[in-house]
Amino acid sequence: MKTRDAVIIGGGVIGCAIAYELARRGMTNITVVEKSYLSSGATGRCGAGVRQQWGLESNILLSKKSCEAFERMNEELDYDGDIEFHQGGYLLLAYGKDQWNQFLKNVELQHKHGVMTEIKTPQEALEIVPFLNIEGLTGATFHQKDGHANPFKVTDAYYKAAKRLGVEFLTYTEALDIVVKNGEIEKVVTTKGDIYTERVVNAAGGWSKEIAKMVGIDIPVYSERHQILVTEPVKKILDPMVMSFHHSIYCQQTPHGSFIMGLGDPNELKGYNIESTWQFMQEMAEIITELLPPLKELRVVRQWSGLYNITPDAAPILGNTPHLEKFYQAVGFSGHGFMIAPMTAQLIAEQMLGLEPSLPISTYDLGRYERGELVKEPNVV
Amino acid sequence: MDKSKDVIVCRCSDVTLAQVQDLIKQGYTSVEEIKRITRAGMGPCQSKTCGHVIEREIAKITGIKVDQQEPHKQRGPIKGIKLGTMAVAEKGEKHED
Repeated sequence: MKTRDAVIIGGGVIGCAIAYELARRGMTNITVVEKSYLSSGATGRCGAGVRQQWGLESNILLSKKSCEAFERMNEELDYDGDIEFHQGGYLLLAYGKDQWNQFLKNVELQHKHGVMTEIKTPQEALEIVPFLNIEGLTGATFHQKDGHANPFKVTDAYYKAAKRLGVEFLTYTEALDIVVKNGEIEKVVTTKGDIYTERVVNAAGGWSKEIAKMVGIDIPVYSERHQILVTEPVKKILDPMVMSFHHSIYCQQTPHGSFIMGLGDPNELKGYNIESTWQFMQEMAEIITELLPPLKELRVVRQWSGLYNITPDAAPILGNTPHLEKFYQAVGFSGHGFMIAPMTAQLIAEQMLGLEPSLPISTYDLGRYERGELVKEPNVV
Repeated sequence: MDKSKDVIVCRCSDVTLAQVQDLIKQGYTSVEEIKRITRAGMGPCQSKTCGHVIEREIAKITGIKVDQQEPHKQRGPIKGIKLGTMAVAEKGEKHED
């Protein structure tokens, strides 16, 4: 009989980081169950951005501490590769008075927590991105310490570090059921046999709702396709991630030289469809060539898509579950899980081990929806 | 003499045969996984060359025959296409190229 102190369902950045943070604190008799290969879901499909420019204290702190973890990650995880963390900043574009006023409020709050975002006029934005089309632009905010990292490498670094500490990783293994007996978890049934455990972490990303259903819990999340594309690599011309809530787009140049860009479609249907469409590529092309005109010469080499796992307040659901204490949620990241993975994983591990939380994790608990205490973040695509 | 360090498997991303063999031995046993670690198959040819070579290396080392391996995903566009070309297509204007 296989018995574990915990089973983590999902081998994305969240699951692998939680495995490492548990193992680092002494809980090494644990298994990560992944139905495909590591980072095959949302992690490996994301836009890779890491930003601290948020509009709520809780999100600012979570992302700031995560960013600091990215800065140290190659060394801390003793990684034999490079997570390719590049702090070229995030340039957030504001259009119209209302959005601009919200940005200014956000910056004030960010400064209070040591995120020293700079306020830029359209002319000053040109000093950062000289080929930016500033037509209609009200202003911009810029924070140099934001940036992007390689999601495959970050996940790989956590995986290798956790594995060295003794964590078991079962890839190509699907969790089929979670059996609850007398109000406690008994075991996880997988395609490779049963694993007896009292603790389960739901880190299943796009499929988190299905995992929660196995124990009869309905979590208020849904999945939605978001599309993305990448161009051929060229020499470095764009340092920061450029993001516009008005256009609902983001665009960055990776350290390798290719441009990655994505677009939020307000008409996207809920569900698990991750096929790519021509409509996305055309719409993306139209917006980005307006905003960053030199990009019109770049060839698109590939497009793909992944699932956002979205909550009613676009903030994640973290921590234990009412009525089933040892079923832990790390779900509903609503499109920004990668950038807060390091700190999220620490908070989950601390709670599982009964340690003092580094940040108030209760802000993000599942019970907030019943209590009506939503996390209202104004700064999301 | 082992020449696997000099043999380029992926010409777009400069990935050597030695790198691929090393990863397979470490447990990265699909084209998808090797692609994500090395960038093999992410360049202009989109794995049309290296994909087959990597599948054969996986078969040699793991014993899983190529036709029994999960086929790796082929993504559009089939050929690189300029953003500018697509942008004018979206607007319905006449375009070159």
